[in-house]
Amino acid sequence: MTEMFANLSLGFGVALTLKNIALCFTGCLVGTLIGVLPGVGPIATIAMLLPITFGLDPVGALIMLAGIYYGAQYGGSTTAILVNIPGEATAVVTTLDGHQMAKQGRAGVALGTAAIGSFVAGCFATLIIAALGAPLTKLALLFGPAEYFSLMVMGLCFAVVLARGSILKAFCMIMLGLLLSTVGTDLETGQERMTFGFPPLSDGIDFAVLAMGVFGFAEVLRNLENPETRDVVRTKIGRLLPSWEDIKQSIAPCLRGTFIGGTLGILPGNGAVLGPFASYTIEKKLAKDPSRFGRGAIEGVAGPESANNAGAQTAFIPLLTLGIPPNAVMALMVGAMTIHGIIPGPQVMTKNPDLFWGMIASMWIGNLMLLIINLPLVGVWVKLLQVPYRLMFPAILIFCSIGIYSVNNQPVDVAFTALFGLFGYLLIKLGFEPAPMLLGFVLGKLMEEKLRQALIISRGSFMTFIERPISAGLLLVAVAILVIALLPSMSKKRDEVFTE
Amino acid sequence: MKTLALGLAAALALALPAQAQSKYPERPITMIVPFAAGGPTDIIARIVSENMSKTLGQQIVVENVAGAGGTTGITRAVTAAPDGYTIAMGHLGTFSAAPATYPGLKYDPINGMQTIGLAGGTPILIVAKKAFAPKDLKEFVTFVKANADKVNEAHAGVGSVSWTTCTLLKGQLGVPKLNSVAYRGTGPALNDLVSGQVDFMCDQIVSVAEQIKAGTIKAYAVASAARSPALPDVPTTKEAGLPEYQIEAWNGIAAPKGLPKEAVDKLVDALDKALNDETVKKRLLDLGTVLPTKEERTPAGFAALIKRDADKLSPVLSAAPKQ
Repeated sequence: MTEMFANLSLGFGVALTLKNIALCFTGCLVGTLIGVLPGVGPIATIAMLLPITFGLDPVGALIMLAGIYYGAQYGGSTTAILVNIPGEATAVVTTLDGHQMAKQGRAGVALGTAAIGSFVAGCFATLIIAALGAPLTKLALLFGPAEYFSLMVMGLCFAVVLARGSILKAFCMIMLGLLLSTVGTDLETGQERMTFGFPPLSDGIDFAVLAMGVFGFAEVLRNLENPETRDVVRTKIGRLLPSWEDIKQSIAPCLRGTFIGGTLGILPGNGAVLGPFASYTIEKKLAKDPSRFGRGAIEGVAGPESANNAGAQTAFIPLLTLGIPPNAVMALMVGAMTIHGIIPGPQVMTKNPDLFWGMIASMWIGNLMLLIINLPLVGVWVKLLQVPYRLMFPAILIFCSIGIYSVNNQPVDVAFTALFGLFGYLLIKLGFEPAPMLLGFVLGKLMEEKLRQALIISRGSFMTFIERPISAGLLLVAVAILVIALLPSMSKKRDEVFTE
Repeated sequence: MKTLALGLAAALALALPAQAQSKYPERPITMIVPFAAGGPTDIIARIVSENMSKTLGQQIVVENVAGAGGTTGITRAVTAAPDGYTIAMGHLGTFSAAPATYPGLKYDPINGMQTIGLAGGTPILIVAKKAFAPKDLKEFVTFVKANADKVNEAHAGVGSVSWTTCTLLKGQLGVPKLNSVAYRGTGPALNDLVSGQVDFMCDQIVSVAEQIKAGTIKAYAVASAARSPALPDVPTTKEAGLPEYQIEAWNGIAAPKGLPKEAVDKLVDALDKALNDETVKKRLLDLGTVLPTKEERTPAGFAALIKRDADKLSPVLSAAPKQ
């Protein structure tokens, strides 16, 4: 315990120098600014801003990048609430109730709850990382390919049950996502699959391309079709600080969300993405009146936002202790660390204690800074979103195109994004939710990889998924969720919950 | 208006030949790195190009064009105009292994490009999970041969350095059909090696050194001529009893074929100066890189290296079972 506080004080010593505070502040501000723009989530933001950190020392660069990460995440929530566009997969859940709250004139409270919830989650997550960083990685090491596969099966079952509209449509979208993820070069054999001999497809479809297409471009198209009913909230933002009643309602979801998100975030393989979904389901199940969800329930913002932020932070654990990035954002962090000559791994904690603890301390400072700079600046972000659409949409499209182009420097990526934009528009018109598709797509690649790894290791026996206890347990939960959701009485209830 | 346009055109026409006569390089040079930012090749490219820019008096801009095991970026670079303004940093995979791995390859690393020089070699290590039975390389060879149906090898995907080097090892051991588990990148593969889900893998020292030092995995040998200063306790394959397994994951610079001699000479000189710079040397050595010899820093020496490794790898890679 004393050791932990000694370490944390070392960290704060590093993070609280004037230069590092300034870097953290710049990172948070720039991250939020770009994160607020619809269609540009943390991944795109960090990818775009990575080059500006090259000139800094490693600690400063990582502090700034972490700031950009949290800032972009927070900016993404702002857009999710005000414009109904999730910046990335984890913000999808926030759109459900956050945007409804905004439509009811409670945008300020939704934004405030998101910021405060994130801050509370961030405080706890910082402590969790500091206290349990080393021992917690043992949990991740219990997971072999079979367990990962079963975990993702469970995640997708959650997604089907959670999606709005018909279960069948959600199931179709997840399957479509899984199918899209199989495009490209087969990992085991090097054979090309479903590329039609078209070289740009040989590496598969880029996540950013698909996400910016079906969320960014498609949203622009839909807005253009009907400009006057565009989804940016035009009603008053209202006061930012939640009332005592709001706080009482949010405190338990916030703590539960922190716990769920923090736990899932540790799992490598982007467990963090499940956090908000899991938190939302639990809140809805625990609520006395689940029908309020999807209609502006404050618990539906507080829980998932806390889970999101806690997961975003605990995702640093596998990176900092094992050197293994659990998701795309962390992979970018690995890139940033290696460019500065630090090879992420178990040695970072002992060899660069100032970096390790400085970064952890800066996470907390970053969260505090977001709370302080964002609440007063909400007006600025709203102004940014209230710029007339005829000026906004070319800017969004250009920005998305630059962002997409900067990922791989491939012009064809931009064309693909446009194509997926049209496709996303079609989906919206036909009443299909694109979010489950994106989740299926993200998990699909990893699922296939883990399935095949598990089967190769077990020499082709499917029993491996049942013989390993953790895997069997996860699969059992998955089956249980599906069965419960398909029970006639439950499915009726579910319909009630999701009808708007 | 028309006269103005004519005047401009005339001025341009006059200016153009004047430009062509001036010395290379007169505008920024693009160095294509065929992998994502942050990978081993990208890091080496950034370290070296920063110093080369100083010598050349023009900025070298690193552009990451990822895809198809690096062949997308190299295709773009070596099919560009041979004016010296597009060069590429490729590696063992894109220059020596690619012709055997990708049948439809659109460039010829042996005859279809202008080599500049080697930027650095990265030693390859044979590593295994901590609990793997064999204690040293000799035991490892016997064990793998005897248990070819039980051992699992991990690699970072077809075409990757770990796949290429391990396929060579399996070919030399006479167990080409050994159970091989593919991962998306070294990171996840290493994770499962640390947790003991798979038995062994071959990979670059940059990726595995920290885990070896931390004792979470063990190393049998380094496939280089000499031990690495980063891991002085790990024997070479020669010392440990498998002398024929010699392979390094090197990175080097190439340009389109037909580059003017002036540009080639300037680039070779800038690379050599960069590799003699103390800061560059230190940063490369910190990464576990082996600095290239005088010979390897020349176009001919680098071309010979590409050819040597291609000859070594092609028979094994072409015969590799595609499960």
